[in-house]
Amino acid sequence: MKIKKIVVVVFLYLLNCNYSYSIEPEIFVQSTVNRASKILSENISKEKKMDELRLIAKETVDIRGIGFYTLGSVRKTLSDGQKKRYAMLFEEYFLKSFSSRLAEYTNPEIDVQSKEILSENYTIVNSLLKGTAERPEVKIDWRIYTKNPDNPLIRDLIIEGLSLARTQKEEFSSILNSNDNNINALFKTLEEFSKN
Amino acid sequence: MKKILIIIFTTYALTLNVIASDDGELILKKNDPAEIEDCSENFNRATFKFNQALDGVIFQPVASVYRKLPSPAKTGVSNSLENISHLITIPNNLIQGDFRQAGVNTGRFLVNTTIGVLGLFDVAQHLGLTGFEKEDYGQSLATLGVGPGCYIVLPILGPSTARDTVGSTLNFFGGDPWYNVTVRNDTQYFNEANYYTSKGVSGVDFRAKNYDSIENLEKNSLDFYASVKSLYLQDRQQKILNTKKITDTQDDSDWEEISQ
Repeated sequence: MKIKKIVVVVFLYLLNCNYSYSIEPEIFVQSTVNRASKILSENISKEKKMDELRLIAKETVDIRGIGFYTLGSVRKTLSDGQKKRYAMLFEEYFLKSFSSRLAEYTNPEIDVQSKEILSENYTIVNSLLKGTAERPEVKIDWRIYTKNPDNPLIRDLIIEGLSLARTQKEEFSSILNSNDNNINALFKTLEEFSKN
Repeated sequence: MKKILIIIFTTYALTLNVIASDDGELILKKNDPAEIEDCSENFNRATFKFNQALDGVIFQPVASVYRKLPSPAKTGVSNSLENISHLITIPNNLIQGDFRQAGVNTGRFLVNTTIGVLGLFDVAQHLGLTGFEKEDYGQSLATLGVGPGCYIVLPILGPSTARDTVGSTLNFFGGDPWYNVTVRNDTQYFNEANYYTSKGVSGVDFRAKNYDSIENLEKNSLDFYASVKSLYLQDRQQKILNTKKITDTQDDSDWEEISQ
């Protein structure tokens, strides 16, 4: 009888247990940075580093969200098929560009310093990339999408106040403008980048 | 000849500014990068290519050597260049009504030029004279309400806007005390070579500080020209607003729609 009671109590406790652990944005950023730094400091080939960085990016970055933000208002004119194709091409482009950019660094030291909660959905995490003999220190802010607190996602990197998402958006806009807003021209450019 | 070129250039820049304003696209104080027109894109892209070629031949090789210098040497050079830039910053602090910072910067210049051995050492920061941010006539014109006009890529000098180009020309008409004592007035202590050397070294110093970032950006950009334009205009917007908080001004509506 006593055992039965204990089992019932434990069962009720487990039922009430909250299994969703919200992750604080600054801890999420520091942990992501630490994972990337570890890979970059390992004595492995650049290709291997890029593969591992891609995995981190897939887990921690809102690639789909960034892709459609980057596309700007043009996304409203796309068919479902075009959206699907774009999402696929953008992911390939993003992962290659992201991993290639990061793989150039060896053991970057980034310290998370503070955070600023913009809204329920967004927190800016402020960090500092330590300077080396060859480059000065760099201030990096991370725009973290916190709508799902259990699964925060990176939506933008703001380096010394300059937004990478915004830069990419204007870059894509330039490509579309020079091609009469023809989405196929952008598809082609993305394909070519990923293949090379 | 130089004066004629400056006048032609200023007229060209102002004309473009007027054209842009007439279109109603550009409003005073509107410095949003997305709103700034690239009125002569073909010409700008050609100039950009020329600058890239020039960078490949001169700035990149020199910067790659320069960045290997010992850190104290590079810091000394950067400090000296920054010290000279106080001479343009101080009058612009005054124009923008920032009298407190004008006082701080004047103190910084006096301390660093004397105790800091012609600016090699930033002694002033240890005396509490901190918070230096470069200001120029382009920024002052913006704070006075002048719109940016069209985006322009200048040969050698790189990205600019019509307003900022006009602002830069003011340096040659008495606005830059360093130019005045080196080029305009033949003084006993300085000559033209001092001015042009400082400008050249400033370009190399900038290139060296951003060496990896520029290489990386070029390698990973789909349209390098558009990336540089966006970064330049974002940077100018921040400098005009004297803030690093671009995140506060960024429009989130696009993101919200995506997340729904």
